[in-house]
Amino acid sequence: MTPLHLLNARLIDPATDYDGPGALRIENGVIAEVIKGNSPPVPGIDCRGLPLAPGIVDMRVFVGDPGARHRESFRTAGAAAAAGGVTTIVTQPDTDPPLDDPALVQFVRTRGREDARVRVETMGALTRNLDGREMTEQQFLLDAGAVALTDADHAVADAKVLRACMTYSRSTDALIVHHVQEPSLSKGACATSGEFSARLGLPTVPAIAERILLERDLALVESTGARYHADQITTEAALAPLTRARDAGLRATSSVSIHHLTLNEFDIADYRSYFRLTPPLRSEADRLSVVDAVSAGLIDCIVSNHLPQDEETKRLPFEEAATGAVGLETFLPAMMRLVHAGQLDMLTLFRAASRRPAEILGLAGGSLTPGAPADLVWFDPDAPFTLDRETLRSRSKNTPFDRALMQGRVLGTWVGGERVFGGSDAA
Amino acid sequence: MFQHRHLLGIEPLTPEDISAILDLSDQYVEVNRRRDKHEDVLNGLTQINLFFEDSTRTMASFELAGKRLGADVMNMSLKASSMNKGETLIDTAATLNAMHPDLLVVRHQNSGAVALLAQKVNCSVLNAGDGRHEHPTQALLDALTIRRRKGRLHRLTVAICGDIANSRVARSNILCLNRMENRVRVIAPPTLLPPGIDRFGVEVFTDMAEGLKGCDVVMMLRIQNERLTGAAVPSTREYYHRYGLTAEKLALARPDAIVMHPGPMNRGIEIDAEIADDVERSVIREQVEMGVSVRMACMDLLARQNVRADQ
Repeated sequence: MTPLHLLNARLIDPATDYDGPGALRIENGVIAEVIKGNSPPVPGIDCRGLPLAPGIVDMRVFVGDPGARHRESFRTAGAAAAAGGVTTIVTQPDTDPPLDDPALVQFVRTRGREDARVRVETMGALTRNLDGREMTEQQFLLDAGAVALTDADHAVADAKVLRACMTYSRSTDALIVHHVQEPSLSKGACATSGEFSARLGLPTVPAIAERILLERDLALVESTGARYHADQITTEAALAPLTRARDAGLRATSSVSIHHLTLNEFDIADYRSYFRLTPPLRSEADRLSVVDAVSAGLIDCIVSNHLPQDEETKRLPFEEAATGAVGLETFLPAMMRLVHAGQLDMLTLFRAASRRPAEILGLAGGSLTPGAPADLVWFDPDAPFTLDRETLRSRSKNTPFDRALMQGRVLGTWVGGERVFGGSDAA
Repeated sequence: MFQHRHLLGIEPLTPEDISAILDLSDQYVEVNRRRDKHEDVLNGLTQINLFFEDSTRTMASFELAGKRLGADVMNMSLKASSMNKGETLIDTAATLNAMHPDLLVVRHQNSGAVALLAQKVNCSVLNAGDGRHEHPTQALLDALTIRRRKGRLHRLTVAICGDIANSRVARSNILCLNRMENRVRVIAPPTLLPPGIDRFGVEVFTDMAEGLKGCDVVMMLRIQNERLTGAAVPSTREYYHRYGLTAEKLALARPDAIVMHPGPMNRGIEIDAEIADDVERSVIREQVEMGVSVRMACMDLLARQNVRADQ
């Protein structure tokens, strides 16, 4: 196989904290050489000084296979991912049936690898049927290829069950990913508590619902020594317990969705159901606190929380509408909003979106170092466009960014050295 | 000049809009007190009352208002019909829209649902109550009642007491009374106050005696039984003791203060029977009368703006 050269790039490498000019030589699907500074005079793709970064490793993606392929299939999810600079998707187990059986995990991995043009990993269920009562076969699920165990949007209400899962996981070293919203407070809610939602008259969940469950979980982590990941930290109230956990050296990490970093409660405006998310969009003060926490590395990862929903379930009154938004294809342009707002820099973003997820899940990727897989995204951070939801590659079009002015276009995406998005610009 | 396609809430109305509605309502009060109550401003027009939530009183008020103006009125109670067969709100809207109604009066249990429906039809939509969001004609009929009794609708102190958190009547009244430059107080146990209420431009009281002092108007709200059994309030009797309106508590308001209630009342829970029926103080029956006139005025104005303008 002839080597591929990506030349005259602005390399963004969160593994070595390098943000500067350079070139890559790709051979046999991996990065064979990183050339910093001036590019050599060899044939290849001229990156025109634009950023070239490790592809995004998105650890929270819903794909409707099995059970809901009308919402998203692996083929459409893969196309959307590639267009958004995402080279690995980690799917959620809340499918129908849920992935609480090793055979189902195997099926999804096989299907994903056949149909998607990006890498597909999957999480297994933490409890049977995701109902928070009995733990799943952790070792069998891990052996079948699950990279972590989670009940997706379902919080395990019963502390005894979660404690058992965590205690048992000491022998399997499973990573336990948990949705931190106290269910008795979040039941039926569709907005965050505050003046705005009170004016709209919507049922709400207070920000402390997140802190309450996180505090409980971290106490369990402390007593069991489990490896734990708090899914979706969206409030300022949750940051103090995270800081304490970090200072105490607990094996606890966390993530936030790109939507919670770029949107706030006011985006709901006149009950626009495409902005109905779980957890709900928070106040601007919460958003800014969470952005700062990503900047400081307190929150480790940024995810898309890609949750495709069909039209029928979104064309309903806000309270009745399905929750969630597609986020794969807009992942990179949405991240660029934070760059253009001067809130996060490129290295921080790719550390949180590529490097840390790969590290936490034990996957290759997230770096531009020799030997790393050539999973790459090349993009123009300034290119402006108006998003038209009908052009999205996802089967579902429930994006909160419809008709939004955005900046940042993916020019090329490579997975294992193979180009899966963009083209016709090879020298 | 009233220029709105729909009446979805008090929120989009200017003080001039509100005054225009009330002025016209005053004229309809006279019509409604005549022997011949017919006007023909809606002749030939079709009004559909689409109620996804039960309400005998409000539906009757809208029906009577439409009929007195000459409209063809159709009532649809959808609580137990097609919505249970999986038909969505938008499907229902499209179906009705195909029948060419001129006015749709809609009540729905979800906040924002009436506005959603209004986006999908070609006629004027009146919000007859959506979830905990707004109930504009109730606020307008309350405003009319106050204006007629007090001779003005500004610089009055109005206390709204009861389940503020779950009340669309409270929200619409706060907006309406604030817009007309009154002093609005809310009185409720903390569990029945919505988050952020201190930023609604109201004074917040959890002590009813404090809140009633010097009020010109005392507006009581209905409390749902299910909230009185420990969910938000410990018991019916403790609620009555602390937040029920009695003669003793009313004595703290101004001597000429009037008592209002959107109905239906829970006598002996939020309001003492004696007060509710005291013709000197209670204007509750007058509110019902004003309701028909206000609804006639609203439908007349919307039809002037939208239907007759097209001809």
